[in-house]
Amino acid sequence: MEALIRAENLTRILNGDVDVTLVSGASLQVSAGEFVSITGPSGSGKSSLLYLLGLLDKPTSGKLYVAGQDTLSLDEAGLAKIRLENMGFVFQFHFLLPEFTVLENVMMPMKRLGNLTDRQAREKGVSLLSDMGIADQADKLPRKLSGGQCQRVAIARALANDPAIILADEPTGNLDSASSKVVQGILQKLAHDHGRAVIVVTHDMDFAATADRKIRLVDGKISSDRLSI
Amino acid sequence: MRHFVFIALKHILARKRQSFVSLLGIVIGVAFFLAISALMQGSQNDFIARLIDNSPHITIYDEFREAEKQPVEEMFPDTVIELRSLKPQTESRGIRGYRQIVDYLKSLDGVKASASLTGQAIFSFAGRDVNISLNGMIPQDMRDITTIDDNMVEGSLEALIANRNGIVVGAELMRRQSLSLGDNITLSASSGQVKTYKIVGVFRTGRADYDKSQAFLDIKRVQALMNRSNRANAIIVKMERPERAREVAALIESRIRYKSVSWQESSEDLMSTLAIRNMIMYSVVSAVLIVAAFGIYNIISTIVMEKHRDIAILKSMGYRSRDIKFIFLVQGVLLGACGVLLGLPVGCLLMYGLMQITFNPPGATEPIHMPVDWGVEQFLIAGAFAFFAALFASYLPARKAADVLPIDILRGGQ
Ligand SMILES: Nc1ncnc2c1ncn2[C@@H]1O[C@H](COP(=O)(O)OP(=O)(O)OP(=O)(O)O)[C@@H](O)[C@H]1O
Ligand SMILES: [Mg+2]
Repeated sequence: MEALIRAENLTRILNGDVDVTLVSGASLQVSAGEFVSITGPSGSGKSSLLYLLGLLDKPTSGKLYVAGQDTLSLDEAGLAKIRLENMGFVFQFHFLLPEFTVLENVMMPMKRLGNLTDRQAREKGVSLLSDMGIADQADKLPRKLSGGQCQRVAIARALANDPAIILADEPTGNLDSASSKVVQGILQKLAHDHGRAVIVVTHDMDFAATADRKIRLVDGKISSDRLSI
Repeated sequence: MRHFVFIALKHILARKRQSFVSLLGIVIGVAFFLAISALMQGSQNDFIARLIDNSPHITIYDEFREAEKQPVEEMFPDTVIELRSLKPQTESRGIRGYRQIVDYLKSLDGVKASASLTGQAIFSFAGRDVNISLNGMIPQDMRDITTIDDNMVEGSLEALIANRNGIVVGAELMRRQSLSLGDNITLSASSGQVKTYKIVGVFRTGRADYDKSQAFLDIKRVQALMNRSNRANAIIVKMERPERAREVAALIESRIRYKSVSWQESSEDLMSTLAIRNMIMYSVVSAVLIVAAFGIYNIISTIVMEKHRDIAILKSMGYRSRDIKFIFLVQGVLLGACGVLLGLPVGCLLMYGLMQITFNPPGATEPIHMPVDWGVEQFLIAGAFAFFAALFASYLPARKAADVLPIDILRGGQ
């Protein structure tokens, strides 16, 4: 089966007074149903690699195919389309839009994609929220929710357009251990039960240990990439 | 599309007070723009209407615009000939065959014409000399080609028909010289003739200068006083449709060759003054709207600034740069459109208020209302200008918003 993400020799150098190498020669493939963790010391380039894979940043050199498309030949709108249809992001901070209710936040990607009616989008939003166990919060503004609840809303939003790829950057970084466990469980289930490719950057070694496959970064280079047994 | 408008609306409504202030700016800008331009247009219309009413629509003079074609030019049509000191001829004997010309003019549709002889005379009273412009016309035609009849305050124009020695003078002259209806006045002309006339009518146009210096009487009396019997030095034309005066004047001139001047031509300098006045007015009221547009620029810039994070997250979930630009443009459009919709009625109130004001312009003897033009063009110009100013004011911050790179925000925000 064709890998959902195929990166070859990805390198990202930041040009400034002193050139900084964020990611250097990273090659990896991720397929549907895989749950991959990326760990490494602070400043080793984990986030930078994730942004490259998520098409939020452009590599200085190397190749990157997402869902079978050569992403380096695409313009801004083309990249946005791939993100819209194939990717969901979860960040350390939830980044919910403060003026909109929880449900409206979850509906944001659906409305942009525009292939559901308002009613269908609403129903789907509510069902995603109830999967996260927070359907009762649907009509509240985000500031009325706890951090763990917000993060679950953010996951629901990331899943709005049924993306094949889910990219998470320290999704449990701001959460207490109970909420962390819930979020971990949700991400794991997405890979195993729903066949999504899930890539998680984390500092949390327990969380990383639950992944099917562990990638370790040191100084922007992949130092190890092995399956858990 | 509707979704983007929804987002834009939420952004604006989240800052009610600020949005309200910038909206108010547009409302006031539109209202002032509308009221001032309506006032300027109104006074211009009023001015032109008076001009058309009070002056001949076409005046035919006893002179030519161009020098006559010289025989030598006709002999050598293809050569360059320079003739020095060649001047257009002035007919010192007046317009030749003016009766036939008047008859011809009267045969045209919607045209009234009458011959006139104008000249200067001196009225001496109590040791002081007053210069008076005499307008000699056929009494029966006077009502058709002048507005004097509308301005009569004492006596009547008809009296000129009955009393061939009558004269109609202005109220200001009457007042200054302590004259009253039925008095006799004696006029002397440069021809040496001195004659006495009886005041049979008094007019008041409101223009003091005119009211003290003009007099109307039978053309025959003027001819006699000037020693120019059977002459006319001008033909005055009034038209039903004065806006066509320019073309009709050209037509007449091509037929009879005498210089025919339309009211447009004789007031060209006034018209260009009006055009300059309009330009000044529009730049001033536009400045008001531009200031208002700065208000919109300000609030949308603020929103964009505060929303860098939200823009980044929207882009990360698949919103394109142009979607983001559109969202912020819509905010300007919403504010602009609401500002116009509220500003036009407020402007109408202002216009209505202006109409209630009366004032005494210099030289006028009666107070007049502020002239306000309710023409639809002012509404369109004010609305369109405000709308596009708002659009442009939101375009700059919208473009900035579109350029936000999610990566910069995500890197910095963690
Ligand atoms: N804008 C920038 N300018 C200069 N250096 C940068 C910039 N952004 C990141 N870096 C550097 O690039 C390297 C990789 O950063 P990155 O955020 O990918 O690391 P990370 O592994 O995610 O770290 P953490 O675990 O702390 O989140 C770091 O050394 C960082 O200091
Ligand atoms: Mg990081």
